[in-house]
Amino acid sequence: MSKELLLEVKNLNVSVEEKHILHDVNLEIGRHETHVLMGPNGTGKSTLGYTLVGNPRYQVESGEIFFQGKNITGEPVNERAKSGMFLSFQNPLEVPGVTLSSFIRSALEQKTGKRVRFYDFKKELAEKMKLLQMDPSYAERDLNVGFSGGEKKKAEILQMLMLKPELAILDETDSGLDVDAVRTVSKGIEEYQKSSKGSLLIITHSTKILEALHVDFTHIMVEGHIVKTADASLINEVNENGFAKYE
Amino acid sequence: MEEKSYVEDIDRSIYDIRDDEKDAYKLKEGLTPEIVEQISKEKNDPVWMQNFRLQSLQIYNEMEVPDWGPSIEGLDMDHIVTYVRPNTRMKGKWSEVPKDIKDTFERLGIPQAERKSLAGVGAQYDSELVYHNVREEVAAQGVIYTDLESAMHGEHADMIQKHFMKLVKPNDHKFAALHGAVWSGGSFVYVPKGVDVEIPLQSYFRLNAKGAGQFEHTLIIVDEGASLHFIEGCSAPKYNVANLHAGCVELYVGKNAKLRYSTIENWSKNMYNLNTKRALVEEGGTIEWVSGSFGSHVSYLYPMSVLKGKGARMEFTGVTFAGKGQNLDTGAKVVHCAPDTSSYMNTRSISKDGGISTFRSSVVVTKEAKGTKSAVSCQSLMLDSESRSDTIPAMDIRTKDANVGHEAQIGNISDEAIFYLMSRGMSEEDARACIVSGFADNVSKELPLEYALEMNNLIRLEMKGSIG
Repeated sequence: MSKELLLEVKNLNVSVEEKHILHDVNLEIGRHETHVLMGPNGTGKSTLGYTLVGNPRYQVESGEIFFQGKNITGEPVNERAKSGMFLSFQNPLEVPGVTLSSFIRSALEQKTGKRVRFYDFKKELAEKMKLLQMDPSYAERDLNVGFSGGEKKKAEILQMLMLKPELAILDETDSGLDVDAVRTVSKGIEEYQKSSKGSLLIITHSTKILEALHVDFTHIMVEGHIVKTADASLINEVNENGFAKYE
Repeated sequence: MEEKSYVEDIDRSIYDIRDDEKDAYKLKEGLTPEIVEQISKEKNDPVWMQNFRLQSLQIYNEMEVPDWGPSIEGLDMDHIVTYVRPNTRMKGKWSEVPKDIKDTFERLGIPQAERKSLAGVGAQYDSELVYHNVREEVAAQGVIYTDLESAMHGEHADMIQKHFMKLVKPNDHKFAALHGAVWSGGSFVYVPKGVDVEIPLQSYFRLNAKGAGQFEHTLIIVDEGASLHFIEGCSAPKYNVANLHAGCVELYVGKNAKLRYSTIENWSKNMYNLNTKRALVEEGGTIEWVSGSFGSHVSYLYPMSVLKGKGARMEFTGVTFAGKGQNLDTGAKVVHCAPDTSSYMNTRSISKDGGISTFRSSVVVTKEAKGTKSAVSCQSLMLDSESRSDTIPAMDIRTKDANVGHEAQIGNISDEAIFYLMSRGMSEEDARACIVSGFADNVSKELPLEYALEMNNLIRLEMKGSIG
């Protein structure tokens, strides 16, 4: 293989509470690539996202996941996070008692194993929050507590920008957002593509968020199978014709 | 059970030493007037206090041990003297302090000298100076902050006599009577009319006074229009060879005065903590309780507020953490005796590893207390299926013109929340500790920063080893 693989998923079968959801999924993501995973609702897209980052509710029946050349199929979620995987949650949880700022800082320290210099951190955080049009006061608010849906999604993207993962999986980050918020979030993702040179797996069933983004590959998932993989042009095709022809 | 066997160890050491004592015979009996008189003599009590102790003793001997709460069978009531007078007969050794307590000191970063002192085995920790400085600072405002024993002989002797155990009377319950008979150590604070004490007064430095921390008495009087924040306790486990704590706190809040009383109690895990706290609030006054209950084997703790004057207010914010082998029975009481009074209780209780946490609330509204508002909110978090959490609300409302509410919630830590935190690199243990600290943030948000940090550290320590 010529390109350097970041993520390699081989014949992955996954079940949730004894229900078989993913069937023989194969996926390869190289460094600095942006992949889009599309498909109708309830087809297993989020299941793939959760399985990749290691949610224990999702049972890998067979198959393997390699990340940066290492088989991580049995690794716990926090180890995967430390090695550079990130999931932007569809419904981020509220965590009282921990501020957004201190949460990101401690996650950074977990990941790098080094103390983060306070001044540099604050400065970078302020810049990224500005980019995402977040009110600076949110940094000192309890993580996601009382945040609106849009603010929660922005807080997820903020975490991604600060943690600079090798692979960021965005699970329906655009759902429930108004047009302006989608644009802002999209700007944040673009910043990640440019400055962190990380790879992306964008899970979505709409295409609004993709309009301004460079996309390398598009996958279509239907009923737990990846039924088609192509370049970015596939997005337009789906836009026009929907998923009907794959179902 | 570890606690039990540890208690036996202590008893044996008492027997060992007993042979050397002249009055060894008395140790086999209950508390006698001679013993109480001896305490009076050593403390140089005024006559009224000598009599008060003896009356309390009589009440003590006539009352039954409470039987409505967690079992206190581990207390040897037939040899109560061994709890009352341990210090004079036992010289503790650092090497005998249980390992878990030493470890906790270590993790909390308590200095060596202070550790020994907190463990009750060291020479007096050199804190008298610090304490003295604090005292001078507030003295400039006319505030009296001293130990109760010397206050009985000073210019405020009458004030002590007028207020001491008038709010918590010896006949309140058996351990209040015991306290009345053998109390020792504690603080006296008087804030004169209109004085606003800006710095919180901390009794932290007083913990190490001889005999304190077991039957200590706190008496605080905040006069008309004055305000004070008083903080008692610290996160380091207070270790005592005698495993009974029966302290008493009496708070008098004057007209339009305000008192915030914060405590973080972290008793060693062999302790029976039978503490009584009460506040009397005059017209327009406010009492705010901030209370963290950690440690101890068994606790009975229900701070009570009597809202005596029109428009008096009380707020109670508490957290209780019951781990393995612990049965913590805590709560709060309020009595509304005047119109337009209000009360708000907001408590969280956490139970883990088979720990039992019970929250009792009692709201009494007399028929004079028209226009009363009262709200009680209690949330419980159970960290596993072995643990237990109960909520027992009681209400006695004698007027129709009152707005009284109660809500209770019991929950677990959701797997999703753990997963979310872990997905950012946190270990499972840290994720749980993080959620539990967050759950207790009603209290930590009310504490000065250094205490809030200490409390969070404490929660982290309690959470250690809670996985698998």
